[in-house]
Amino acid sequence: MKQLLDKLSPIMRPELTGNAESPEIDNTAYLPDARQPLVTGENDNTTITDKVCQIVEQKPTVGWWMFFLLSLSVLGLLGVFIPFLIFWGVGTWGVNNPAGWGYAIVNFVFWVGIGHAGTLISAILFLFRQKWRTSINRAAEAMTIFAVICAGMFPGIHVGRAWFAYWMFPIPNQMELWPNFRSPLLWDVFAVGTYFTVSLLFWYMGMIPDLATLRDRAKHSVRKVAYGLLSLGWTGSNRHWHVYERAYLLLAALATPLVLSVHSVVSFDFAVSQVAGWHTTIFPPYFVAGAIFSGFAMVMTLLVPARQLFGLKDVITLKHLENMNKIIMLTGMLVGYAYAQEFFIAWYGGVKVEKFAFINRAFGQYAWAYWIMVSCNVLSPQIFWFKKMRTNITVMFIVSIFVNIGMWFERFVITVTSLANDYTPSAWDYYSPKLADVTILIGAFGLFFTLFALFCRFLPFIAMTEVRGVMAEKARLKSPPPQQGASDSASEDSAAGS
Amino acid sequence: MSAKMTNSQGVETITAEGSSDPRPVLMLAEFETADLLMEAATGVRDQGFRLWDCHTPYPVHGLDQAMGIRPTLLPWLVFGGGATGFTGGLLMQAWMNAVDYPFLISGKPFWSIPASIPVAFELTILLSAFGAFGGMLLLNGLPRFYRPHFRSDRFRRATADRFFISIDGRDRQFDVQANSELLTGLGATAVEVIEE
Repeated sequence: MKQLLDKLSPIMRPELTGNAESPEIDNTAYLPDARQPLVTGENDNTTITDKVCQIVEQKPTVGWWMFFLLSLSVLGLLGVFIPFLIFWGVGTWGVNNPAGWGYAIVNFVFWVGIGHAGTLISAILFLFRQKWRTSINRAAEAMTIFAVICAGMFPGIHVGRAWFAYWMFPIPNQMELWPNFRSPLLWDVFAVGTYFTVSLLFWYMGMIPDLATLRDRAKHSVRKVAYGLLSLGWTGSNRHWHVYERAYLLLAALATPLVLSVHSVVSFDFAVSQVAGWHTTIFPPYFVAGAIFSGFAMVMTLLVPARQLFGLKDVITLKHLENMNKIIMLTGMLVGYAYAQEFFIAWYGGVKVEKFAFINRAFGQYAWAYWIMVSCNVLSPQIFWFKKMRTNITVMFIVSIFVNIGMWFERFVITVTSLANDYTPSAWDYYSPKLADVTILIGAFGLFFTLFALFCRFLPFIAMTEVRGVMAEKARLKSPPPQQGASDSASEDSAAGS
Repeated sequence: MSAKMTNSQGVETITAEGSSDPRPVLMLAEFETADLLMEAATGVRDQGFRLWDCHTPYPVHGLDQAMGIRPTLLPWLVFGGGATGFTGGLLMQAWMNAVDYPFLISGKPFWSIPASIPVAFELTILLSAFGAFGGMLLLNGLPRFYRPHFRSDRFRRATADRFFISIDGRDRQFDVQANSELLTGLGATAVEVIEE
């Protein structure tokens, strides 16, 4: 993996000014009396700005075009199969009685869950003053936005008559009907809608100063106008920073309960119903933990190649990756605990159908899916107990893929096993997807990666302002005489890891 | 675009093209580091200037005190948004499902607090977030696409790696000669005047 990436790098990344060659510095060692630097190498405000802006300013590379066109062609599947679905109706999917919910809701829950890591990184870690978030929050928030776009697509197309999708919203209509506010599916509309809007505001607001940097560096008039409009005339005024920082803090404080509520509300879609295996009180926290788990895995999947190809190893260091791996391991164990707890309660609760539902999950007709889920989600992250493994690029990339797969199967197992074998054995069936299910699932990945490729190309990949702030703080803490601070701290930084 | 002139003290004057009666509207002073800026800001504040500002590539902590900025009103706007969202959310659900079109589903009450909480909560967050973002724009007077600052090429680095103090031409104490001496004395590496 590492060799492969190294070999690919020359065609994949822009002609950066030498910093793309920066070696992997191990800054994960525990120091008893100091903190490891969050930005390694000899970097200051100037080099960080150059490094991040060059990704956007230089001509797209062959590698970028390859990635973009590949994603775009996979996205083309949606262009074919969504009209197909709308024309022929949801009968083109594998859903039927008794399994009336299939890939659409599985994908919806999967993608909403992916988004949660972005908000956790940008909001919750901000409130906890975790400075390491600054290097990864922009990309993670972008991932959130794109994942929620993918998620939002599914409720829109699964309603059967997609042209009536607006009935989900409380809009006055000729029938004088309103939506039913006692339904968790409607809570979902508000939860996901709010989540998307707030995430977008948070992402955009965080980006305004960085867009101003791009505006001030722009040479081409189209770029000047585009970034000029997007940056709203930002001058870095301290009177503005004062209000801005307060607004950012408040948005973080609002996004924190929001992100916890969103997957809780998503879990209500299941938990409020009477279906055995769904009607459990553990669902909200279990879904939230799973969401953060899967989201961090997706952040890892995106950032491991990106830091290499864009020459950002100094900014997204091994320590950042290790921290994320620790969170993946923790949330993976939370999810594993929830799996175990569900079984315990099914036995302890003494409800026959409930007991059956869980035994059927593990040993019934979908046992293969259940054990894929357990081995990917519970077993594979256990490798991160070993430091050597959680600082190994190849291992973490592979585990992140496993977790992505496992978390998709988690939603599949929850949705399908309980429906396919419900209360009436005579109605039991085996749900399997059809062509339109699979192509729309794959096409959603195309949409996600296309948007991500465009983001890499046109928007600042790293929150430059925040990284500058973190570096300034570090320099101030490190150097008793302020004059020598810059050079001293830089050399110490590069020496510290060896 | 604009014409440039440098006087004997090294103060550069940038004049907007086409202005018949150019008058100074802004003075910009560049500083190398945040520490120098901080000291200079204290100095400018103590001179009693009112229409002045610092420009930094990242929020410099302690600069608010050095400049003497008062806490912002923003949290009240956010609170207002949140309160509106919560009460509005509850009232909307009650009116739609219990008053305008009473809607009986599985014998559930037409309106009850617990079933209304999720939507009311989400609307609380949504309107608070609008309050935070919109309030930030409102209090900062954004978007405002033209500012005299943008005439200076040097000022482009204010969003990358340089620190600036700007004094508005409308300040009562604005005086090209005296202010440029003050700012140079406080450690500015370059002083510019923008005229339009």
